Amino acid sequence: MKTHINQKRRSMLLGAASLSLLHRLPAQATPLDAATAMRAISGTTRTQAGRVRLDIPPLVENGNLVVMRVSVQSPMTESDYVKAVHVIAEANPLPNVFSAYLGPRAGRAEMTFRARLATTQRVWALAQMSDGSVWTGYADVLVTLAACTESP
Amino acid sequence: MTEPARTIVNVPAQAKRGEVIEIRAVVQHAMESGYRRTELGELIPRDIVRIFRCTYNNVEVFRAEFHPAMAANPLVSFTTRATESGTLVFEWRGDHGFSAQASASIRVS
Repeated sequence: MKTHINQKRRSMLLGAASLSLLHRLPAQATPLDAATAMRAISGTTRTQAGRVRLDIPPLVENGNLVVMRVSVQSPMTESDYVKAVHVIAEANPLPNVFSAYLGPRAGRAEMTFRARLATTQRVWALAQMSDGSVWTGYADVLVTLAACTESP
Repeated sequence: MTEPARTIVNVPAQAKRGEVIEIRAVVQHAMESGYRRTELGELIPRDIVRIFRCTYNNVEVFRAEFHPAMAANPLVSFTTRATESGTLVFEWRGDHGFSAQASASIRVS
């Protein structure tokens, strides 16, 4: 009887501990979530590495303001251009960061934006071409001050 | 009604026909991610700008979707080919009916 109560108590304590943990940490995506997000973009198309360059400073002091630059190798002509660019962060609470839709009128497939990073992680950029192919590039980033949990 | 959000757009005043020009657009917005808490531990609800659109003489040339991971006062810079003189209109839409607009004119020679 006593052991039974003890067990119950233990599991309750464990439950409380895990609850408080959940309370503190914002839900964090995993590389698996990122892979799922990338699959949602590419669909049945197999992604290929290359042609996409993602520039992020390798060491970021403040995760609340991270400048990201994506450039894609493409002639940007009527018959061969970049249709869309997506940026996915592996360890943010939500993997999706930014999506852009462009066309041959862009002239160059280059864009810059400012994002937040929750922690040190790998960030991916995907480019969907007019021929349907999907190309990827990535950048590894070290973040000292995390976004999300701390005030900006 | 709150007052309209401030915007900054950067478009060259003139360009040569066919030249690729760089455009920058910023809108004032806190981009509340929905993951931050107040000092009392209450979750601050998500409130972000979702869509950015740029049209050049009424033709869409660039569109972007923002997610909660976009930084406050979201900035986007992109390129477009200067095709003809006219107006570029920038439009942002977000949660709770957020909407902002800006425009810039360009002379193409």
